[in-house]
Order: sequence, then C-alpha cells, then structure tokens
Amino acid sequence: MIRFENVGLRYGLGPEVLRDVSFHIAPGSFQYVTGPSGAGKTSLLRLLFLSLQPTRGMLKIFDQDAATIQRETVQRLRKRIGIVFQDFRLLDHLTTYENVALPLRVSGSPESDYRNDVTELLEWVGLGDRMWVHPQVLSGGEKQRAAIARALITKPEILLADEPTGNVDPPLARRLLRLFIELNRLGTSVVIATHDLSLMEQHKARRLVLSEGHVQVQTNDRS
Amino acid sequence: MTVRPKIRKPAASARPPVRQRSRLREWAEAGRKIGRKQIAGLHNGNIGLLQQGLGRLRGDSPLVPPHSVSRRALLALVAIMSFLACLSITAVSIINHKADGWQRQIADEVTIQIRPVGTHDHADAVARAVEIATQTPGVQSAVPLSDADSAALLEPWLGRDFDRKELPIPRLVAVSVSSETDLGSLARRLRDNVPGASLDDHGLWLERLSSMSNTVTFIGLFVTCLVFAATALSVIFATRGAMAGNRDVIEVLHFVGAEDIYIANQFQRHFLALGLKGAAIGGMAAISFMFIASLIAGSQGSTPEEAQIRSLFGGFNLDWSGFFAALLTVIATGVLIAVTARLTVYATLRKID
Repeated sequence: MIRFENVGLRYGLGPEVLRDVSFHIAPGSFQYVTGPSGAGKTSLLRLLFLSLQPTRGMLKIFDQDAATIQRETVQRLRKRIGIVFQDFRLLDHLTTYENVALPLRVSGSPESDYRNDVTELLEWVGLGDRMWVHPQVLSGGEKQRAAIARALITKPEILLADEPTGNVDPPLARRLLRLFIELNRLGTSVVIATHDLSLMEQHKARRLVLSEGHVQVQTNDRS
Repeated sequence: MTVRPKIRKPAASARPPVRQRSRLREWAEAGRKIGRKQIAGLHNGNIGLLQQGLGRLRGDSPLVPPHSVSRRALLALVAIMSFLACLSITAVSIINHKADGWQRQIADEVTIQIRPVGTHDHADAVARAVEIATQTPGVQSAVPLSDADSAALLEPWLGRDFDRKELPIPRLVAVSVSSETDLGSLARRLRDNVPGASLDDHGLWLERLSSMSNTVTFIGLFVTCLVFAATALSVIFATRGAMAGNRDVIEVLHFVGAEDIYIANQFQRHFLALGLKGAAIGGMAAISFMFIASLIAGSQGSTPEEAQIRSLFGGFNLDWSGFFAALLTVIATGVLIAVTARLTVYATLRKID
C-alpha cells in the first residue's frame, strides 16, 4: 500500500529531519508512529499524506511514485486517505454536520445521498446531538471526534491520525482508540502518530519509533 | 498606594433564570427568522431547542464564508466601473448612430453650384443644370434654391441689408441622388454644357465626419477597455485577498480531496454573483443618467441658435441599440469578473501548493 525506501526529508537548506527511512504499510494493518516531540512524526505523516515530497529516496503510495506524481493524481489519491490533524482543522463557518460531510460534498455527491451516512456516523462518534452547532461551541474532545468522523466518512483505505488523543481525557482517549480499532477491523489501515505510551499499551501494534530522524520498526505479536 | 478593584467572576446563579423554557422557545422562533448562521454565538445549552426550531436546517453553507470577501467595497467599485463603461459605450453608440444618419443624409444629396460667368443668363444656366440633372439616371429630384433662399444662407455672414445684385452670388441646385447615380458623368456633363457649373458631392464633409466618428468610437472603446482592465486588476487583488483570508479553508478543501476546479468554482460563484450585481447597479445608473440627461437636453433649446444646433445634431436620445450596448456591458463585466476570479484562483492555488 505504502512503501518508504531510504527516504530523506529536509526543509529548505536545513538539516535532514528524516534520514534513510524504510518501512512498509500493508493493507489492513495498524501501527503507531512514536518518538519524542520534534522527532519528525508530523513530517512523516505529511509525507504519507503527500503534503510533502521526500528530498531523496523512494516513496510509493498506492503504487504511485511520489517523486513523479502529478498534481491531479495527488488530489485523487487524497480521497483514499483519511487524515485527522492535531489541531483538528475544522472549518469554523460550517456546522459539525457540514464539516463531517465535507469530503463527500467536494466529491460532488448530492446532500440527499449522504445525509443518512453522515447522521449515522455522527451518532456513532457520539455527536448526534451536536450536529448543527459550529466548532466554536464544541469541546476539544468533540472537535477531535468531529475531525475523526470527517476522516472516516469516505471509508478511506488508510487513516492517518496525528496525536488524536492529545487533547482529550483518558476515558475519551480509550473511546477514540476503540473507534480506530473498530475501523481497522473493518479493513482500514490505521497509522496513529502519538507519544502517549499508555495508549500504545492498551492496544498492542507495530511501532515505528522515530529517533534523530531515523525510524526503527518494532513489531508486536498483534500487529 | 492604589487599591486594585477585585474582579469577580459572575456566579452561575447570576445568569437570568427566568422562565427559561419560554425564552428558549422564543429563541427557537427567532432562529427560524435569522437563519442558522447566527446560532453559533448562542449558549451551548440552547442549541438543542434551536435545532428543533430550525427544522429546515440544511448542510449547504457556502464553503467560502461570504463575509471573508470584501463585498461592499468591491461591489461599489464594480458598480462605478460598470457605470463608466456603460456611459462610454452608450455615448459611442449615440455618436455612431448620429454619424450614420448624417452620412446617409449627406451621401443622398449633392449640390450643383453655378457661378455667374460673363454675360451668360444666370437663370438660363440654372434651368439647364436642372434639366441635365433630372435626365441623369438615379436622380430623384433637382431643386434650385431661390434667390431668397440663397440670401438666407448668406444672412449670418453678410447681414440682412446687403444688396444681392452687387455681389456675384452663385446659385445652388439641391440634387437628391441614389446609389445608381453616376456622379462623375453628371459632373462632366455639367462642366461641358453649363458655364460656371460645378458639382459638390460633399466628399470632404463625409470624410471629416467619418474621421470624427471613428476617432470618438476609438476613444470610447479605449476608455471602456481601460475600465475593464482596471476592473480586472481590482478583482485580481480582491480574489488574492479573499484567498489569503481563506487559506485555511483552501488547505482543508485540498486535504479532503477537493480538486482545483471545485475550489475555483466556489470562489467564482461568489465573484460572479457580486460582479453581476455590481455591474447591474452601474448599468442601471448609467442608463438613468443618460435618460435624465436627454430629458434636460430636450427641455432646453428655446432660442433659434439652440434649435439650429438641435436640427444639425439631432436629439440626445438613447435608442434600443444604446440599451442593448449597456446590457452587453453589464453581462461582459459580470463574465469578466468571474473569469478573472477563476484564473486568479487557479494561479494562486498552484502557488499555495
């Protein structure tokens, strides 16, 4: 599904933030990307989301080489990837419902086609009664769940989540983790960037540990 | 030593607790009237009831927040530009229309001038010239101007009291011609048979009139082009500003898989509506201005000089072609704005990426 081979990344003329990164993400897999703050977790996710291009090495996403990929192809591929940002990136002028429905709306589906799906998903993530409010009045946890729902609504092949439990209390973190596990059982590959050890302990999975720009892959029995 | 006043946080009980249910019902009712955009600012606890009140909620808010585009300033600017463009286009239309009329009138008539030569009978020469003219194919009429008419033509320069017999005043014959008339042949026959006769086909006048109307048309169209260019530049700046203000929206749209064409459509929709509205306001103002100007011009002119000018230049009226030109300008302005916004969005999106 996604393959990194000796990938390096630097911003401008600065030092390499990622060096010789090699790993493979298989369909239906579950993994954590972990490491200390500033280790490059978000940069790695941005590479996975085609928001950045590697400065060296080979990165293949859905069999497309990131080095030669066309702009239009990137836009098409992003429809197969769901992403949850650390800062949620919800649009403040849209309601929760509209934010979650956004990926379907931009793909040109009529509202009547997805209304039930969006409503059901919002109920599933526990935001059924917060459907018509704007993000300004949502709590951190509610925003997080809305952002997750937006990433899931198109049933992506891979879900990327950047610190999805960073802004929520432990019970909600456990609830969100169960959401990801459930999603993974339904066939979606999940990549969670986190430095929350307790979260990783709750569900054993493969870990991509970032340290000084290098990635060390730690396999686990249940991965 | 100053004493700092204590700032107390208002207690929860300080909130107005009075008849909460009925108040929420009122808000729900108000919500129906004001629409969902106002809901976000209200207290969390009231949302549920508001939601019930707003049964017609739909998930199709504009993706580009309307308030993020500097609407009023741009609307005023587009209206002014459209006003100027419509004014210059309708002015060009009026002048062209008048110039066409003058050219038709002048081209349909030629003048035979017979100067008194030696002892020849002047009246006989006029009669022969009329005869030759009427025998020419395509000539519809040949009417000699009487002595009194000739004197009236000279009156502005020589006054009323001059003695006509002391001056060798040429006689004029007004000849109505058609496209079949061979003016060269008529001029030759007059020169050969009528002493002192010459044919004036008003070619110099026609040439000058055509040159004048072409110049005015060119200036009018040039001014319109400048106005369109200024409008396009303003829209480019406004679009860039709107995109800079909505950078986070554009990024999110990209992240959820929106293609450039989709994002461009969102912005174009805004600017097309705004452009058409502004252009229509400007166009209506320009037509109203022309209409009022024609009324004012029509109400004046009681003196003989003004009547003379009116008979020469005609009335100052906006005909259907002027209205059509104004309508086209309005549509062109709207389309120009939409296309400019679209191209700017595409160019800016590539830079953002």
